Amino acid sequence: MRWITTTNHKDIGSLYLLLALLMFFIGGAMAMVIRAELFQPGMQLVDPQFFNSMTTVHALVMIFGAVMPAFTGLANWLIPMMIGAPDMALPRLNNFSFWILPFAFTLLISTFFMDGGAPAGGWTLYPPLVLQTGAAFPFVIFAIHLMGISSIMGSINVVVTILNMRAPGMTLMKMPLFAWTWLITAYLLIATMPVLAGAVTMLLTDKFAGTSFFSAAGGGDPVMFQHIFWFFGHPEVYILILPAFGIVSAIVPTFARKPLFGYSSMVYATASIAFLSFIVWAHHMFTVGMPVVGELFFMYATMMIAVPTGVKVFNWVSTMWKGSMTFETPMLFAIGFIFMFTIGGFSGLMLAIAPADFQYHDTYFVVAHFHYVLVTGAVYSIMAATYYWLPKWTGNMYDERLGKLHFWISTISVNVLFFPQHFLGLAGMPRRIPDYSVQFADWNMISSIGGFVFGLSQLMFAYVVFKTIRGGEKASDQVWEGAQGLEWTLPSPAPYHSFTDAPVVK
Amino acid sequence: MAHASDHYYVPHGSYWPIIASVGLTIGVVGAASAFNGSSTGYAVLAVGLAIIFYMMFGWFGTVIRESLKGEYNEQVDRSFRQGMMWFIFSEVMFFAAFFGALFYARMLSVPWLLGEDSGAATHEFLWSSFNEAWPTNGPAGVGGEFQTVGAWGIPALNTLLLLSSGVTITLSHWALKANDRAKTVLWLVATVLLGAVFLGFQAYEYIHAYHELNLTLESGIYGSTFFMLTGFHGFHVTLGTIMLIVITIRAAKGHFTPDNHFAFEGVAWYWHFVDVVWLGLFIFVYVL
Repeated sequence: MRWITTTNHKDIGSLYLLLALLMFFIGGAMAMVIRAELFQPGMQLVDPQFFNSMTTVHALVMIFGAVMPAFTGLANWLIPMMIGAPDMALPRLNNFSFWILPFAFTLLISTFFMDGGAPAGGWTLYPPLVLQTGAAFPFVIFAIHLMGISSIMGSINVVVTILNMRAPGMTLMKMPLFAWTWLITAYLLIATMPVLAGAVTMLLTDKFAGTSFFSAAGGGDPVMFQHIFWFFGHPEVYILILPAFGIVSAIVPTFARKPLFGYSSMVYATASIAFLSFIVWAHHMFTVGMPVVGELFFMYATMMIAVPTGVKVFNWVSTMWKGSMTFETPMLFAIGFIFMFTIGGFSGLMLAIAPADFQYHDTYFVVAHFHYVLVTGAVYSIMAATYYWLPKWTGNMYDERLGKLHFWISTISVNVLFFPQHFLGLAGMPRRIPDYSVQFADWNMISSIGGFVFGLSQLMFAYVVFKTIRGGEKASDQVWEGAQGLEWTLPSPAPYHSFTDAPVVK
Repeated sequence: MAHASDHYYVPHGSYWPIIASVGLTIGVVGAASAFNGSSTGYAVLAVGLAIIFYMMFGWFGTVIRESLKGEYNEQVDRSFRQGMMWFIFSEVMFFAAFFGALFYARMLSVPWLLGEDSGAATHEFLWSSFNEAWPTNGPAGVGGEFQTVGAWGIPALNTLLLLSSGVTITLSHWALKANDRAKTVLWLVATVLLGAVFLGFQAYEYIHAYHELNLTLESGIYGSTFFMLTGFHGFHVTLGTIMLIVITIRAAKGHFTPDNHFAFEGVAWYWHFVDVVWLGLFIFVYVL
């Protein structure tokens, strides 16, 4: 019962992280099916409808089930400790935010067993295609509503905690960047999840109540859905990466043994990215037939995002410059993040160029791009954070040898997995299709082999984590020699209640 | 409000959130089954809603008891206030999606169907006989001929009602700050009545639209945006009215003091939000 009724930020954080790990493996299993089918040209294992369900549900599970809950779990564990608070501001609401999720994902995954199968029109749910979904349709819509309710409440909690629960002296510009990036992420979530809720509600009424939002016959427009969806969807991709920036900004200074270079520029860059994220959405729909003015506006606005993002990468590299660096597992993942996230950023810049995008659109180039930013970006940052703070959470050191092995196997295999997809995409291989022309055969086989190795190597991650929870070499309170911040002043493992009396920050 | 605690109040284990999750899940499973044509769907939905109502009584009841015991210090009060503000912001963004749909249809997609800008070829080859700008039910005339609701009848009256209710709730707030319980309750009752009359007019207008104007949810994009916007607004007015009734009872019981009445203010903010959304609706749905 403790876990069901808990209002403690650490318990709830652990629940979020465990759910995220479970979903990571469920979504990962779907990715394995996709790569197995694409191992060779021709139809091998599954029928096309099921293949499309795999890509659709893989995306929904990984975005809403793995990455977002993992970040929320980290926020729960860390933000109260970082800002010197006794707990989250609204503890019962916190429990509610978490406990909606297992139900939401049970609903989503149960759609595989319904008439007509799971949704197969892509996670972006474009009408009119998505309206052909069978009995699963209303269940998917409501599952998304539930995830949205959870995210909004969780975000309200984060914002209020940061704005109202800081210890005396912890001014906003003294906060760790993880708190800053989460503050801005939570703002983005509160601003955009309701828009997604509105969009999917319109889908629901178009299907069941006879409305014509997305039907040209009634004066509506299917493209309107894409606009509303991506008004949510583009801020969403920053929701998936801003907390990662905060994590990397915590880890790099620790292992470079230097303060973060350009703290305030990091804060302003994060805020700029958040602002720009609201005015770039249509770069996801360059080929849909927009007026040229629209294409140009969204192209230039998108390219502008490279500026604040460049500031961040520059600052991380400058932090390492002439530092006394060591390369423990969290640092390896953080450096891996900087390197590979930047690859994803550059391919994003290529995609931002509207005329070039006409060639890349809906090809494997796009798949390669967003997997570089999401897997070697977001997921790597979550793994870095896990290795970095796990000793603080459990009081035990993880197995450094296994951690490093996990990093190297993952990093090699993930590049074997995703780098060739750039070539496939540039050569014209479309995404979301179970079969392909024979000229794509070689790189697909290599990509699949990378995929299987990457998938299996994550079992090692789970093994290291559970082994550390069960025991291991005791960690000191400080854990890392160069670590700064209030969470390191607490004992390891951190006590059940963090700061019942607020610490004073000078 | 005997003593305000020094420590931030952190509640311990609560069953209400899990009851809420179960209620929500049962509710949406029922609704989804009903959409799929299952006859038991509505019953399941009703069970879910019943659990949600039970949860709300219980959860809010717990919070009220804790508040009366004086468990909440100023900082907890600030958390509630900020939480409510951000919740209202999320509601604003929910309406923004539907207003966005309205503006997109009126300013872009309908003109394109009429052949403006890049829609020239579409118009020529697909819908060359389509020539009706807003209000429209599209080239296929989905839902059949319809008439719109005039702005200067009931909708104008409703605007007046909601604006007046904004005044009455402010008078009630002033009375509360002056510690005048009778006046506080009186003005709250007036606010509830104005809200209820608004809802009555709205219901009458819907019946009128369906029976005499042939304006329905299925009347193309006009009917879709009209009913979804006014419908969600009406739903929020209903919630707001229920919330007002709750704080009226609480005010009558003397739960609020001149310096400690978050629930009152939260409801008042919510009521003003509903009011502002209505002004947007009145201008963009009815007048223009």
